Amino acid sequence: MRGYSHSHPLFLPASEIARNHPVTDLLDKRLVFVTGKGGVGKTTVAMALGLRAAAEGKRTIVCEVSSQENASRMFAHTEVGFHEVEMEENLWSISIDPDESMREYVLLQLKVRAMRDMLFRSRIFNYLAAATPGLKELVTIGKIWELAQLDRKVKSGRKYDLVIVDAPATGHGIGFLQTPRTFAAIARVGPIHSQAQQLDRLITDQEHTGVAIVALPEEMPVNESATLERDLLDDVGVAVDRVYMNGLYPERFSGKEAEQLAELAAESDDGLRAAARAGLSEHNRARCQRAQLSRLRRRVEAPVKTLPFLFEPDLGIEGARQLAKRVG
Amino acid sequence: MPAVGEILDGKDICICAGSGGVGKTTTSAAIATGMAARGLKVCVLTIDPAKRLADSLGLKELGNEAKQVDPALFEQQGIEIKGELWAMMLDAKATFDDLVARQAPDEEARDRVLNNRIYQQISSALAGSQEYMAMEKLFELHSEGRFDLLVLDTPPSRNALDFLDAPKRLTQFIEGRSLRVFMKPTGLAAKVAGRGASVALSVLKRIVGFDLLADLAEFFNAFSGMVDGFQARAKRVNGLLGDPRTCFLVVCGPQGEPVDEAVYFHRKLVEAKLPFGGVIVNKVHYPAEQLRGGGGNLEASLTEKLGDDDLAKRVADNFADYQALAERDARNIERLANELRSQGVIRVPYLDEDVHDLAGLAEINRYLFATSEERIELAAGRA
Repeated sequence: MRGYSHSHPLFLPASEIARNHPVTDLLDKRLVFVTGKGGVGKTTVAMALGLRAAAEGKRTIVCEVSSQENASRMFAHTEVGFHEVEMEENLWSISIDPDESMREYVLLQLKVRAMRDMLFRSRIFNYLAAATPGLKELVTIGKIWELAQLDRKVKSGRKYDLVIVDAPATGHGIGFLQTPRTFAAIARVGPIHSQAQQLDRLITDQEHTGVAIVALPEEMPVNESATLERDLLDDVGVAVDRVYMNGLYPERFSGKEAEQLAELAAESDDGLRAAARAGLSEHNRARCQRAQLSRLRRRVEAPVKTLPFLFEPDLGIEGARQLAKRVG
Repeated sequence: MPAVGEILDGKDICICAGSGGVGKTTTSAAIATGMAARGLKVCVLTIDPAKRLADSLGLKELGNEAKQVDPALFEQQGIEIKGELWAMMLDAKATFDDLVARQAPDEEARDRVLNNRIYQQISSALAGSQEYMAMEKLFELHSEGRFDLLVLDTPPSRNALDFLDAPKRLTQFIEGRSLRVFMKPTGLAAKVAGRGASVALSVLKRIVGFDLLADLAEFFNAFSGMVDGFQARAKRVNGLLGDPRTCFLVVCGPQGEPVDEAVYFHRKLVEAKLPFGGVIVNKVHYPAEQLRGGGGNLEASLTEKLGDDDLAKRVADNFADYQALAERDARNIERLANELRSQGVIRVPYLDEDVHDLAGLAEINRYLFATSEERIELAAGRA
C-alpha cells in the first residue's frame, strides 16, 4: 500500500483499499488513462484534459495508442508519429507505435551495438516480436512508463508533469491495462517478469496514476462503463477516478413547455411545425439522457462529471478547447 | 435508393461492419428481424448485445449455440415473422477451443494446446482472435446449411479493417515461416532447452527470459500438427467472404469521422474484391430540407403563437442548432454517396429515444425495409 494507511487495511479486500484511497485530483497525477467504449469521444476528452493541464502550466503530453492518429488529425498538424511533437505551449503529442516501442526497448536493454544488430536481423526475434500475444501492448505501456519518468531513459528526453493516454476502446481496454499483470504471470521469472511487474505497479499506483472513463448518455455505454469500472477494480486492482458523461443535451424546455410545443406542432404547418417538433425532440432526448445520467450515477462508484453536447458540427480541436473548461 | 430487403435478396450471408459506437448490434438485429419477417430462416450472430435488447429477444442465457426468438414478441410490435428468427451470442474462446479440438490429430495434442498457458492467453488476448473466431463460427454455420441467411454483427474494434485482417494475422501467427524453425526436432525448442545454442538465441534469452521462450516453444510445438488444417480452413473462410452470395453492409454515423471511416472501408472492400452491398447511416438528423424554412421571422411567429418571447427564443435557437446538425449530416452523406457512386446509402433517423428495446428495434426496422414511397411518408411524419 502506497502513501495511505487505512485504519484496518488488513480487514479490507484489495478492491476496498483501492476505493478508499484519497482522491488526488485527476490532473495532479503523473499519468492518466482515458478509456471507454468506442465512439464516446475518448480522444476529444483526452485532448481536453491535455489542453486544460497545459493551460494550468503543466508540461503535458497526450499519447495515442493506435495507428489512427486522431490527435494529429485534431490538431491538423503534420503527422504525429513516434516522436514527441509540440502542439501548443506546454502541450505535446505522440502516437505510440508498438514496433518502434519494441525497437527502443531493445536499444535500452542491449548497450552493445553488435548484439542489437544481430537481434534485429534474427528471424526468430522478428517473428516472436510480431507474434507473441500481448507483447505489443506490453511494449506500448513500457513506452508510456518511459514518458512518465522524471529521469527519462531516452537520450535528452523531455520531462513531463503529466502524461495523458487516449487508451484503446474497451473490449480491448481492460485487456490493455491488464497486460502487464498477465505478462508477469506468463513469464514467471526473468527480465520480462520483473519489468511487467514494474509496469503493473505503475498502473495500480493510485497516487500517481489515474483512470477516467468516458461514457455517453445511452443505455449501452452506461452499462459498459459500469462493467468496465467493476472489471478494472476486480481484475486490475485500479479504482476509477472519474467518469465523464459526454454529449449531454441541455434541458431547454420544461414539461409544461413541451405540452405547449406539442399543441403548436399539431395546429401549425411548415416552419413553425418543424421548429416545434425539433423542440419536442430535444425535450425527449434530454429527458432520456437525464434518466441515463441517473442510472450512471447509481451504477458507478467514481464521481461523475458531465460534459455538454456540442451543437457546432465537427469541431475537432475547437471542441476539445470548449470541453477543456469543463473537464477539470 | 434500394431497401435492405432488395440488397439482401438471394444472399446467404450479411456482414455488418463498422467502427464502434455506431449502432451495429441494433442494426444487425433489425436486419435479421426484417428478413425473418419476409419468410426466411435467419440467424443473427452477435458479440455483445445491449443487455435489454438481449433480454427482449429472450437471449438471457444464450451461449455459443443458436436459439430461436419467440415470434410472439414481435407481433406486439406489429411485425409478423413469417420465417424464423434465431440468435446467438458468440463466445470467441469457446469457438477457438472447438476449432482446436476439431483440428487436433488426437486428444493428447488437443489437450497440450488447450492447457498451454500461451494458448490460454491468445485465445482471448491475441489481437484479431475475436474477429477471426466470428468468421470461423460464420463459416461453420454456413457449412451446416441450417439457415437461409446469416447476419453477423462484427466485433467492436476501433478500426473496422481489423476484421478483414484478422484471418491473415492469425494464420501468420501459427504458420509463419519462422515457426518451422521452432518445430524442427533440432529447432528452437531443442535449442532453448540447451542443445546447440545460437548467439541470437542467447541474446534473446537474455532479454526475454528462458521461461517465456520455453513456453512459447512448447506452444508452437503443440500447434505443429494443426498448422495445415488451420491454413486450409482459413483459406475456405476467406473464400466464403468473397463469395457473391455474401454481402458486406457498412454501418456508420453521420459525423465526419465515421463517414471518413465508411469511405475508407468501402475502398478497402472494393480493393479486396469483397462484395459490398451498401452503407447504413444511423442517427441522421433529417431531412434537412424540411428543417429549413421559418426564415428570419420565425422567432416573431413563435412569440405570436406561444405568447412567451423567452420560450420562443429558446425554440428558435434549438431549431437553428438542429438545422446545423441536419445540414452537416446532409453534407457528409452527400460526400458518402458521391464516393459510392450509385450504390446504396440508407439513412436511419436519429430517433427521439435511445434504441435498446424491441419497440425501438421495430422502428429502425421500418426505415431499413421501407420502399421509396414508404420512406417519403415516414419522413413526412417527422420534423
